[in-house]
Amino acid sequence: MRIYLDHNATTPPRPEVVEGMATALRERWGNPSSTHAEGAHARAALERAREQVAGLLGVAAREVIFTSGATEANNLALHGVLAASPGRHVVTTTIEHPSVEEPLCALEEQGVRVTRVPVDAAGRLDPEAVAAALRDDTALLSVILANNETGVVQDAAKLAEAAHARGVPVHFDATQAVGKLPLDAVALGADLLSGTAHKLNGPKGAGFLLDRGRVPRPALLRGGPQERRRRGGTENVAGVVGLGLACALAHAELEPRRRHVSALRDALWAGIAARVPRVRRNGDPAHTLPNTLSVEFEGANGEVLLEALDLEGVAVSAGAACHSGSIEPSSVLRALGRTREQARGTLRFSVGPSNTAAEIERVLELLPELVARVREAGA
Amino acid sequence: MSGARVVVGMSGGVDSSLAAALLVEQGCEVIGVTMHLAGGSSRCCSLDDADDARRVAEQLGIRFFVANYTREFRAEVMLPFADAYLAGRTPLPCATCNSRFKFDHLLARARALGAEQVATGHYARVGRDAESGRPTLRAARDRAKDQSYFLFGLGPAQLERARFPLGELSKDEVRARARALGLATADKPESQELCFVPDGDTGAAVERLRPERAPGPGEIVDEAGRVLGRHAGVHRFTVGQRRGLGVSGTAPLYVTALDAARNRVLVAERRGLDARSGRVERVSWVSGAAPSAPFRASVRIRYRHEGAEALVTPSADGGAELAFREPVRALAPGQAAVFYRGDEVLGGGPLAGRAA
Repeated sequence: MRIYLDHNATTPPRPEVVEGMATALRERWGNPSSTHAEGAHARAALERAREQVAGLLGVAAREVIFTSGATEANNLALHGVLAASPGRHVVTTTIEHPSVEEPLCALEEQGVRVTRVPVDAAGRLDPEAVAAALRDDTALLSVILANNETGVVQDAAKLAEAAHARGVPVHFDATQAVGKLPLDAVALGADLLSGTAHKLNGPKGAGFLLDRGRVPRPALLRGGPQERRRRGGTENVAGVVGLGLACALAHAELEPRRRHVSALRDALWAGIAARVPRVRRNGDPAHTLPNTLSVEFEGANGEVLLEALDLEGVAVSAGAACHSGSIEPSSVLRALGRTREQARGTLRFSVGPSNTAAEIERVLELLPELVARVREAGA
Repeated sequence: MSGARVVVGMSGGVDSSLAAALLVEQGCEVIGVTMHLAGGSSRCCSLDDADDARRVAEQLGIRFFVANYTREFRAEVMLPFADAYLAGRTPLPCATCNSRFKFDHLLARARALGAEQVATGHYARVGRDAESGRPTLRAARDRAKDQSYFLFGLGPAQLERARFPLGELSKDEVRARARALGLATADKPESQELCFVPDGDTGAAVERLRPERAPGPGEIVDEAGRVLGRHAGVHRFTVGQRRGLGVSGTAPLYVTALDAARNRVLVAERRGLDARSGRVERVSWVSGAAPSAPFRASVRIRYRHEGAEALVTPSADGGAELAFREPVRALAPGQAAVFYRGDEVLGGGPLAGRAA
């Protein structure tokens, strides 16, 4: 039996989601833009899903733009706002996901200035430092709400408050937070917020950008009237149905899920700290996603430890970003002040609702020996 | 050996693909590892090749990983390669890569993964010495494909844990079996050049690796000290080279020595290349220790060399003196001299520069 502890990478779709999508593929195959009954039937499924996403995040359904995922949502937010705003400056952080960092690099080549506010050793942003980086020509503040590698959660409301005081709109990349934390986009002060279905037991290929209507209307893919002209192209109806169902399930189960995964995560860390020497937890434990545990195993190669665990049936992630199939030490951990070697020795465990205490115990039985073996081999 | 966990270094070529397949047939728990060594542009080490290896691993139903060694490869193979050319030598990076990467690094990784053995698609064989019981390194049955020359750097600790499943097969047999198994790489063309110099232009590669140290143009000088022409830098030449000099004498001229300090290429007629003696630096002995007395061996001075009979005298500094029975042509400093007794590899090391 495999033990899957990599839910920040992706999650297994819930059976209800798979069922709903299969039904949608069979029965809601019409084009939602068509006037006839087949089209209307598909359109109704789409709008139901829009309500489910909006319900999870406390916004109005019309504020939800469906995309192919969070990468597209982030690109839409950044390119869209910068194309439509007079401001030529963006404030962001040193710990963004590549789906924010790379569009910003592309914008820099077009003359946009980007200020990347650093985080402290615990992975947190200082709202005052963010406020100090805002300028009169700042078009957007874009912040990763919960980091994918460390799980560290930022004080979103404070950041938004600082930005709004300067009249700057705020984009949160909430990909990792959606479904794991109670998120009220209105209370957080988000003007734009990105998310994706496959991080919360939905399918790949369906995501969203919330646009609360306070920025110039961003659009990226042109080619049709869909999504109120914000995202052309015939909608991925089955995917969106899956996204909606995943959001509805997360909404209904959020608290029990949160308690369950955080109890497992805490047990995992307590066990590792007790049984494996020379370990250190990354990120501020008081402000971390309930399911995420980033651990540095000093003197061990995380890439090799990942493989050793995999061969014993345990799936985790290295403290590293996968670039074209090969692993480079994580720039996020480097931004927390970790050395290249420390980043190399890091594993990320991310728990999901379907994990059990017995699985965590099994991992704790395996880890001490595997870590010792990897350290000893010096691989 | 059934059920044993074995790591197979998979380059994405047909040889290592079949090596993995043969071990699967033998009942081993095979783990395929592609070592990502050079940047994305190179051929044998590129990630396209990793994709080929991954496809084969999927066909075989084995686990597969890509292991990133690009930093180590640059430091331990690519930069020393450039430095050797800049010092007027002709390096043999594949030998370093085989002992350091295909074995030291990959063996360490195998141990970390709970595997006791590493296999590769090299054409070579591991035997056992009847008297001492220690492992021996032998040439492959297919002498045309034999790669034992590149493996002289392996010692007993590595050979104990090495497997070469192709050692008894010919290349044609390998292709035929790979086709019969339907392996995705069965008809993939052979890689010829150095993996990190896919276009074969070593001079340009050296200049890319060490741009600050490229010597620039220098003189081509004959035995009498006459300047015959100009060249684009000593790192672009190899002892024994005839083509590309752009100078002519009454008879064809060959590079006989490279004077890196003065950035000079020395040329002479063919007999100027002949040598009866040579010196090997830092000999790596397959048995793990230098023989106590001089011995006769067939010495190969480059990969395709058939071997020349010589008396090999180990020296106290870890090297060896070579006295050839007949003159040999073009002892290129930096190339490996590898000592054979029959098909057994005894050891080898880089040829030293000749005393000027």
